Amino acid sequence: MQLLIQSIITGILLGGLYAAIGVGMSIIFGIMGLTNIAHGNLMILSAFFVLIFTTAMGVNLISSILIAIVLMVIIGFLFQKFLVNAVIDKGDTPALLVTFGLSIIIQNILEIIFGADARSIRSNFATVNVVDTEYFSISGAYLTNFIVAILVIAALTLIFNKTDIGRAIRATSDNTKAAELMGVHTKFIFAVAMAIAMVTACIAGFLVGNTFVFYPYSGTQYLIIAFGVVVIGGMGSIVGTLLGGMILGLAQLLGAYFFGTGNQILSGYIFMLIILTIKPDGLLSNKKRA
Amino acid sequence: MNKDIILSVEDIDVYYGDFLAIHNVSMNVKAGTITSIIGANGAGKTTLLDTIMGLNKPRKGKIVFEGEDITGMRTSAIVRKGLSMAPEGSMVFEGMSVKENLLMGAYAPKSRKMRSELMEKVFLLFPVLKEKENQLATFLSGGQRQMLAIARTIMSNPKLIICDEISLGLAPVIINDIYDKVKEINETGITFLIIDQEVQRSIEHSDYSYVMVSGSIVLQGVASELPEDEVKDAFFGINKYA
Ligand SMILES: Nc1ncnc2c1ncn2[C@@H]1O[C@H](COP(=O)(O)OP(=O)(O)O)[C@@H](O)[C@H]1O
Ligand SMILES: [Mg+2]
Repeated sequence: MQLLIQSIITGILLGGLYAAIGVGMSIIFGIMGLTNIAHGNLMILSAFFVLIFTTAMGVNLISSILIAIVLMVIIGFLFQKFLVNAVIDKGDTPALLVTFGLSIIIQNILEIIFGADARSIRSNFATVNVVDTEYFSISGAYLTNFIVAILVIAALTLIFNKTDIGRAIRATSDNTKAAELMGVHTKFIFAVAMAIAMVTACIAGFLVGNTFVFYPYSGTQYLIIAFGVVVIGGMGSIVGTLLGGMILGLAQLLGAYFFGTGNQILSGYIFMLIILTIKPDGLLSNKKRA
Repeated sequence: MNKDIILSVEDIDVYYGDFLAIHNVSMNVKAGTITSIIGANGAGKTTLLDTIMGLNKPRKGKIVFEGEDITGMRTSAIVRKGLSMAPEGSMVFEGMSVKENLLMGAYAPKSRKMRSELMEKVFLLFPVLKEKENQLATFLSGGQRQMLAIARTIMSNPKLIICDEISLGLAPVIINDIYDKVKEINETGITFLIIDQEVQRSIEHSDYSYVMVSGSIVLQGVASELPEDEVKDAFFGINKYA
């Protein structure tokens, strides 16, 4: 019984982290129809940034995260402006290849600089149990992940629904030609969206580094999680991402509970396939087929 | 430069890749008029309008709006000059509410400042949009979508409104309704450039018409004076022009 309760709680909290991992990918897909293969690597790059600032340069954690966010936004904006925008009108494949190229480059550079060793950000509060009852416990890292993920989703929802730039992003996502006709400079909006996705990738990267160990090539593992979340929740839906994250997290932990820990990851993806069979567009997709 | 002419297209060629979609097209739109372009499917009407709005770049020729060369300008800049288009198929933002669609119409900084008064004006013209203010555009009927598309252009406080395929797929009663609104808006001093599949209706509702056949303008004139049989010949591509 204890273990079941613990599994459910951990699953939900882990789902928050998964939502944070998936949301940036969902935004980019929703707005540009682009699958950003580099999403996981960009997260891990952010985690390395935070690691360098905190350990090698002695900057405090919050400032390190903020600097990393600024760096990632700049990288994302330039990446979009000079690489993705140059090929996005030529169909899906060239843009996909550009993100694939970026993912390889990031991974190799990280490996050259940092070697293949396991790294971790592990702040002081990450490992202590902030809740500890007879039935279950919650670690600082998992609680942080969950709260931050909810805040990120809430902030994005607010921006997308209540601000002019947010509406322009949604309009661009809805119908790029019509948005252009409203006077929206849609290529600029693409770059803004990429910058926003970078902020979320950076936050997710920190959360991952604060919870688990990571390697230069960990990006792929998180890309797959992002895929799962987005596919379950529905491409382009922000709230769907939260739902997708929680479902994936719960499916993994309950899978581990019922079928053994060795099957944790597998159960998550089997569940994903089941949902895909029932609702091919994901639970809350806002994309209409053109 | 004739001050009466609000928009002039001078000798433009537009290509899609190697395909020459419109060739040597010239036209003038007089300020305050309703001007129409008539032409069969594939004649190049949408291409011409998209080019005026900066969505396509002409390989040759010039587009002048209110005496200013706007050729090759970015669409967002062209909208700021006072042109606005309701595209073919209305293209409302499906996942956004009617009100949000209208707010998007007033996206340009200058119109953004006056968007509450523009919104009032639009709701007065189209009360049905006021009723459906908070509904997602995806739930609107065809006629309501076209009204929203036109209303959205008004939100940018334009001098010239372009409507591509204004009546496509709509019931006759609704089409009459929409033309009434166009007339009403036109009377407030806004110029219209309109495309309608129906030759007769198009001529009936406009002051001046251009006829396009396979990428070129073959006939033009004061709408009521256009020889009907020649327009029909042109429309059906009976080719003394080719
Ligand atoms: N995006 C495009 N790419 C290639 N060819 C196009 C494109 N859009 C239109 N065309 C071609 O250009 C010609 C004119 O099309 P269009 O301007 O849409 O005509 P209309 O609006 O009068 O029906 C047609 O032959 C059409 O097939
Ligand atoms: Mg057309």
